[in-house]
This record gives sequence, structure tokens and C-alpha cells, in this order.
Amino acid sequence: MIRLHSVLARTVPIMLALAAGPVVAEDAAGTVVVTLKGHHFFPDTVTVPAGQKLTLVFDNQDPTPEEIESHDLKIEKVVAAQKSIRISVGPLKAGEYRFVGEYHEDMAKGVLVVR
Amino acid sequence: MLAALIIVFREVLEAGLILGIVLAATQGVPGRMRWIGLGLMAGVGGALALAAVADTLSDAMAGSGQELFNAGVLLVAVSMLAWHTIWISGHGGRTLAAEMRGFGRAVAHGHRPLSALTVVVGTAVLREGAEVVLFLSGIAAGSEEGDGALILGGICGLMLGFGAAGVLYAGLIRLPTRHLFYAINLLLTLLAAGMAAQAVAFLSQAGIATIGAEVLWDTSGVLRDNSVIGRTLHVLVGYTDRPTLLQVIVYCLTAAAILIGAHHARLSHREVPV
Repeated sequence: MIRLHSVLARTVPIMLALAAGPVVAEDAAGTVVVTLKGHHFFPDTVTVPAGQKLTLVFDNQDPTPEEIESHDLKIEKVVAAQKSIRISVGPLKAGEYRFVGEYHEDMAKGVLVVR
Repeated sequence: MLAALIIVFREVLEAGLILGIVLAATQGVPGRMRWIGLGLMAGVGGALALAAVADTLSDAMAGSGQELFNAGVLLVAVSMLAWHTIWISGHGGRTLAAEMRGFGRAVAHGHRPLSALTVVVGTAVLREGAEVVLFLSGIAAGSEEGDGALILGGICGLMLGFGAAGVLYAGLIRLPTRHLFYAINLLLTLLAAGMAAQAVAFLSQAGIATIGAEVLWDTSGVLRDNSVIGRTLHVLVGYTDRPTLLQVIVYCLTAAAILIGAHHARLSHREVPV
């Protein structure tokens, strides 16, 4: 009985989180991590709460640099190959905020969904 | 090739508009092309050097090196623009050329405002040029097209951008001299205010400026600031479609400080017997 309870306690939140969509777990400070690999963002859709300051971390695992740019978020920053950068955004109103990797704009596309 | 053309055009447009205003402000000043040319070359050299050390800069300042550098360069330009506008207002309120004709040691006296404007041109070319170099090397690394197409696109973008500068310059110098002076002073003031607001955006991105981060209004439905017209207005008057509270405050304070400083300088000038 006790084991089933603890198993459920662990798996139910995970199942709920998966059901909620492509959400990246945030730590208490509101950090979102996006990986860049093969000139694509992983995840390419991130859901975050509105009205909060956030830190976006872009981890570039490609062998070439990329410029992270978002006209909606008003950010632009170059991330060197095999490096990661932090970008402060927010507080954001509800909506969808598109961001791109400017050097490979047809492939590196992502959306920050603010609810 | 199109991607290279568009990105080079966008960046050169911004520097080109600033160049157009400075050319209009220095029209008729002897030796101005040497100064402006110096600013252009220093900007290009700086942009290449900056692109070469981009990695180191990025890691500097706890990862905020890029934002601090961009904000710093912008604020240097703001102070140069403020100084120039206030200086010229305190010296008879005429265009720089007319001002220099009025002095016996015309060339020597004109060096300071000319050097200030040289720094403004240089910093603009530095900022935009670094973007161009970084972007072209970024897309060159993964492009199937080959360097020839990129270079061609880049040159076309360069020509279009300079074309826009020429249009602005030609439009400005058509104005009668009296109006030209006020138009240029206003443009330089708004240019400075817009740059200050842009510096705020970089500091906010770095998590350094944390107050006043709420977006005040959203006019992206009316005019997106990354369209051609939007970018032109962005450079000329500091237009942004989603300004934060802090940006609006800094914009107004910068414009007010320069206008008040210029007004005060004009008044002081009148009190001194000629």
C-alpha cells in the first residue's frame, strides 16, 4: 500500500505535466531552458505563466554560432558554438511570442506561449 | 543571397540614416568628409575586431558582455549627440557651417562638434557593422549557396542602405537653412532619445535594469518596428511597437535634458555681448 502511494505520488504529477503540453519545468526563479541542436530548438514550444520575470537559457549544442532574436520579446543575443546564454524577459502579458535563430531562420523557430 | 541582402540592408539602413543626418548637419563644413570618413573607417575596423572577439565578449561580465557593450556604445553616442546639440545651440544657433564661417579660426573651432559627430557615425557603423559581420559569417558556415552569392547579396544590401541615407540627406538639405537647423537639432535629439531607450532594452535583457519592465502599449498591429518603415522610424525617432515603462521614461528624460540644455545654452549666448 505504501509503495503504491509513493509510486502514484511520483507518477501522477509527471502524467499531469505531460498532459498539460510541452511545458519545460521551471525552477523557483522562473528559468526556461531551450536547447539548440541541428539548428532546431528543443523544445520549440514553451508554456510559461504571465506576469512573471523569466530567464531564458539557450544552450547551443551546434558547432556554429546562432543569434537568438525575438521581435515579440524584444531580445537579440548571439550564442557562440557549444556555449549557453541567459536572457531576461518579462513580466509578459498573455499571448504567443515567437523567437528565431537568425542565422538559420527557416529551421530555428520557437514559440513562447504565455498564459 | 536574399537573406544576405535583407540583413545587410536592414543594418546598413540604420547606420545610413544616421550618416545622412550627420552629412546634412555638416553640409558646407570644410574638411568634413575627412572626419566622417574617419568615423566610417573606425566603425568598420571596430566591427571586424568586435566580430573576432565576440566569444570572449559574450562570456565577459557574467554572460552580459554583449548587452553591456551594446548599451555602452549607444550611451557614448547619446552623450556625443547631446554635447553637439547643446554646443551648437550655445554658439549662435546656426548650422555648423554658418557657425564656422563666423569665426576667424574656423577649422580649429569646428573640430570639437565635428569630432563628436564623427564618434556618432563611428559608433553607428560599429554596432550595425558588427551585426553584419556576425550574421554573414553565421550563415556562411551553413550555407549551400557559396560565398559569391552572399557577397553579392551583401553588396546589394549595402547599396540599398546607402541609397536610403542619400534620400534622407537630399531631403534634408532642400530645407531652407533656418528650418534645416531646427530640423537637424530635433532629429539629433530624437536620435539620442531613441538610442537611450535602445540601451535600456539591452540592460533589461541582461537583467540589470529590472524596474519599469511592464510593456506600456502595443502598436504592432499598426506598425511593426521590424518593417522597413518601422525600422526607419526606430532610428529617426526611437519608435518601438512595445515600449516598456522604463524605456518611455528614459526616452522622455533624454529628450527633455537635451532640449532644456540647448535652450539654456541659447539663452546664455544671447546674454554675452557679441
